[in-house]
Amino acid sequence: MLIGVLDIQGSVEEHAMMLEKCGAEVIFVKTVPDLENIRGLIMPGGESTHISMMLNTGGLFDAIKKKIKSGMAIYGTCAGAILLAKKILGDDGAIKVKSFDVIDAEIERNAYGRQTDSFEVDVEIPALGKNAGGKSNATNKKVRNFSAIFIRAPKIKSVGKNVKILAKYKDEIVMAEGKFGNAQKNNILISTFHPELTNDTRAHEYFLKMAS
Amino acid sequence: MIKKVLKNTPKLKSGLAQMLKGGVIMDVTNAKQAKIAEQAGAVAVMALERVPSDIRAQGGVARMSDPKMIKEIMKTVSIPVMAKVRIGHFVEAQILEALGVDYIDESEVLTPADEQYHVDKSKFKVPFVCGCRNLGEALRRINEGAAMIRTKGEAGTGNVVEAVRHVRAVKDEIAALKGAGKELIAKKAKEMRVPVALVEYVSKNQKLPVVNFAAGGLATPADAAMMMQMGCDGVFVGSGIFKSSDPLKRAKAIVEAVLHFNDANVLARVSEGLGEPMKSLEISKLTDLYAKRGN
Repeated sequence: MLIGVLDIQGSVEEHAMMLEKCGAEVIFVKTVPDLENIRGLIMPGGESTHISMMLNTGGLFDAIKKKIKSGMAIYGTCAGAILLAKKILGDDGAIKVKSFDVIDAEIERNAYGRQTDSFEVDVEIPALGKNAGGKSNATNKKVRNFSAIFIRAPKIKSVGKNVKILAKYKDEIVMAEGKFGNAQKNNILISTFHPELTNDTRAHEYFLKMAS
Repeated sequence: MIKKVLKNTPKLKSGLAQMLKGGVIMDVTNAKQAKIAEQAGAVAVMALERVPSDIRAQGGVARMSDPKMIKEIMKTVSIPVMAKVRIGHFVEAQILEALGVDYIDESEVLTPADEQYHVDKSKFKVPFVCGCRNLGEALRRINEGAAMIRTKGEAGTGNVVEAVRHVRAVKDEIAALKGAGKELIAKKAKEMRVPVALVEYVSKNQKLPVVNFAAGGLATPADAAMMMQMGCDGVFVGSGIFKSSDPLKRAKAIVEAVLHFNDANVLARVSEGLGEPMKSLEISKLTDLYAKRGN
């Protein structure tokens, strides 16, 4: 299965390596023709202002939106999640981030603070199952927590009733999924943390199931 | 069950640098310039009172910038803000940490405060970026706790030749370690004055353990794309933008050049009609080479 990683800026290689570990074929998406044969697309973490600007210079924005409408699966991590949300808050800087508006969620940029407020914490994500990184944890009946890495992360402030919450940390929603366009099942996945910076492939495996 | 929250770990520090990959970090001296940089698509800004070319022209001791100006810039933009401290000046670093900047550049562009030691960067919550001319310098800085590396180049000259030299040196030295046996690794670790484990990592993975940007003397979209084609993860542009005749246009062009660094058609388009670049300097005629500071 061919999966694209949006190659504008940020943790592009990290996502590609995770996908390859899960057995997917990866294409780096820089221009519109790169989108042609993909079944799913990951939008990595990075700077949402810059990514948004570059999406809108070469026609990529419209081409990606069209693919999502036709049912393509898409996963946004951190900055990528911001770009998918219906409403972006805390966006009062010089640059307006243009959202794809494909998941009914309100998301606030840099909502935890600056870099020294970045943090790592284990979160429970029952939907991801208990296997981690291909290593069988079959003897351990409990669902293994996911090591979630939040870097100048956004906060999902609220989601609509058709959005399924996959994980929370304290009272904050940190991972969710929804449906957009002609998809038969949920095709939009967002997380405010960075699974691509861990060795745990479960989030990527989950997305691949979504795309298949 | 109480979950342990970890902060300021090496993973979080180098993680932010990973989020900056493929981007341009621009020197800015006030809030207005910071806004222009953000509008042009910078992934972060470096807040400093004088860009390197002014430091060269004016001379004197170059120090950490006024916290007031750094705070104004932090208020103005939503992208990460970096600021510089003098090599070895751990108190300037404490001050920047108190301000809450996102990254500290322990920089040879400022006048070194300590000729023997760099800042012990592992003690700080804020991540550090440091310059290097070769693999030994890069690994020593990483061993001191740097979470991001950049080449030194020769700042404020508008001449990319030194940055090219430093990128090549690091690349060649990494390649020379490929498949190295235990003895060679031990010898190199001793020569470079770093732990064996660091050299082992580089030998095995054929790259530095942290993100590696180019810096020092970049002035044009072509300079930036050249550094990207040579394998850098992103670029810093110092005097090159705001000392040119049309900063916004040039900044945008450099951002686009870094994104499409392999597409000569795009590079040709963005290089058109940028106006005058910064005033450049011939490195052989300089009496003070910044790259020699701190090794």
